[in-house]
Amino acid sequence: MTTISPVKTVKESKPKEQNSPKKSVYLTKQLNLWYGDKHALKNIDLDIKEHEVTAIIGPSGCGKSTYIKTLNRMVELVPSVKTSGEILYRERNIFDANYGVEELRTKVGMVFQKPNPFPKSIYDNVAYGPRIHGIKNKKILDEIVEKSLRGAAIWDEVKDRLNENAYSISGGQQQRICIARALAIEPDVILMDEPTSALDPISTLKIEELVQELKKDYSIIIVTHNMQQAARISDKTAFFLNGEVIEYDDTDVIFSNPSDKRTEDYISGRFG
Amino acid sequence: MRYVDHDLVVKRMGGRKIVNYLFKGLFMLATTIALLALAILLYRIVTQGAGNLSWEFLNNFASRFPEKAGIKAALIGSLWLMAVVAPTSIILGVGSAIYLEEYAKKNRMTAFIRTNISNLAGVPSVVFGLLGLTIFVRALSLGNSVLAAGFTMSLLILPVIIVAAQEAIRAVPNELRDASLGMGATKWQTIVRIILPAAIPGILTGSILALSRAIGETAPLIVIGVPVIIQFLPSGVMDTFTALPMQIYDWSSRPQQEFQAVAAAGIIVLMAVLLTMNSIAALIRNKFQKRY
Ligand SMILES: Nc1ncnc2c1ncn2[C@@H]1O[C@H](COP(=O)(O)OP(=O)(O)OP(=O)(O)O)[C@@H](O)[C@H]1O
Ligand SMILES: [Mg+2]
Repeated sequence: MTTISPVKTVKESKPKEQNSPKKSVYLTKQLNLWYGDKHALKNIDLDIKEHEVTAIIGPSGCGKSTYIKTLNRMVELVPSVKTSGEILYRERNIFDANYGVEELRTKVGMVFQKPNPFPKSIYDNVAYGPRIHGIKNKKILDEIVEKSLRGAAIWDEVKDRLNENAYSISGGQQQRICIARALAIEPDVILMDEPTSALDPISTLKIEELVQELKKDYSIIIVTHNMQQAARISDKTAFFLNGEVIEYDDTDVIFSNPSDKRTEDYISGRFG
Repeated sequence: MRYVDHDLVVKRMGGRKIVNYLFKGLFMLATTIALLALAILLYRIVTQGAGNLSWEFLNNFASRFPEKAGIKAALIGSLWLMAVVAPTSIILGVGSAIYLEEYAKKNRMTAFIRTNISNLAGVPSVVFGLLGLTIFVRALSLGNSVLAAGFTMSLLILPVIIVAAQEAIRAVPNELRDASLGMGATKWQTIVRIILPAAIPGILTGSILALSRAIGETAPLIVIGVPVIIQFLPSGVMDTFTALPMQIYDWSSRPQQEFQAVAAAGIIVLMAVLLTMNSIAALIRNKFQKRY
């Protein structure tokens, strides 16, 4: 069996963890989700900690995107969706009738698989979030835009072309613009659904480094098909299969000493 | 064994090429006939009408005497008509399209409505004229005013605008909606800030083409009872008026030969208006090339 050993050392953060256990950002309890008759998520229990990178892996169609889209309730855009169970975000159930989705999505930014900038200038893309939340002051917007672009490690590449259309830059740069756009609403959590699957290796590396950087300030949940990527960048890994969580543990445990046979088979490339 | 016998292919190639050229020639002929007909039409109109085109022609009211007849009342009347039709039909049309595409649940009922809007676009314009006569002219007692005619024409082109706007809205990728909603934007903010700006070139192009249809329509105006000989300009939407196609229709149906030339001059004016509108539509289409 060939296991992939995580490159980064989780040990660095271990002593701190023992002193003060990290708080949960998302606590999922007995979550079930159906698309019409299709039971897509089955009794999911997951405790996602803040300031960590949590990777979600699993074969195609196992419910990774569905789960991550449930966390900001984007999944409800599909009319046939029904859910049961609870997801507590910072101790509040996001399915509560009086929990506004807009409020939730302001705290939980999302980066999608395919870079999807708006057909507007780079500046307007990043300023979009603050603007819809009522910020009009040009100076404040300028500051947010610069801060977010720096945060997404793309400021130096685009600072002289902020007024150019966001489609005039490369796919990898577009994806970092999308990350900057998500940062601009100053979220607490960033959800990423296969953010590098449409990108070249160099852009992928840049985004992986960026994720490492971002976890100081944000909690990150990332779906990935790329096992090496999960091993490289995540602290915890959840392995999904057919809508169930098979195993959820520290990334180095999952990749070096999984307790479930199916996890072992999957990460060693025997199926999926 | 081989399935494709290359010797046979070479032997039969000649026949295939002849058929190929034959059809190419046939299609070229079809195009030529269409273009020729158009060229003859244009040539006749221009040679007949150009002599009558003058500042006086544009600035005179209708007259019994062909040499004094002018198109002022009809030209300004058509502009008044557009001033009612454009806002009415675009607001209603885009509103309906937004509702159908962004808000309405996708069920049997809305599917039924969608298909029937497209069907409405095929209803003859006379029928819309009758509808306008019953509702606007009589029931709402608007008479044969600019407003009554404008509302009737708006109904006539509404289906075309709705369909064009629906298509433009549908062409906006879902990823953009997701990105906006995912940042906590409301549906309305997403529509106003993302969907409409992206859809506007398509909406405008479709609307302008629909409006140019309204400018050229005669039948509904005849049914409503729009007069022809008018010696004043409307000073408001409640006044009566006349329009370019009405005026042209009237001139061309007069017995005197001289009025045929006047009608041709009127057609040139109408075509100039239509060409201008279509060029604006083309300009908009080119200017806002889609970037996604
Ligand atoms: N809109 C939908 N309507 C009905 N079924 C859906 C819908 N979206 C997803 N599904 C089904 O739900 C299951 C989970 O899909 P999901 O997209 O979450 O998988 P995934 O793990 O993200 O796969 P991938 O790795 O291919 O992206 C699949 O069986 C899929 O067919
Ligand atoms: Mg997916």
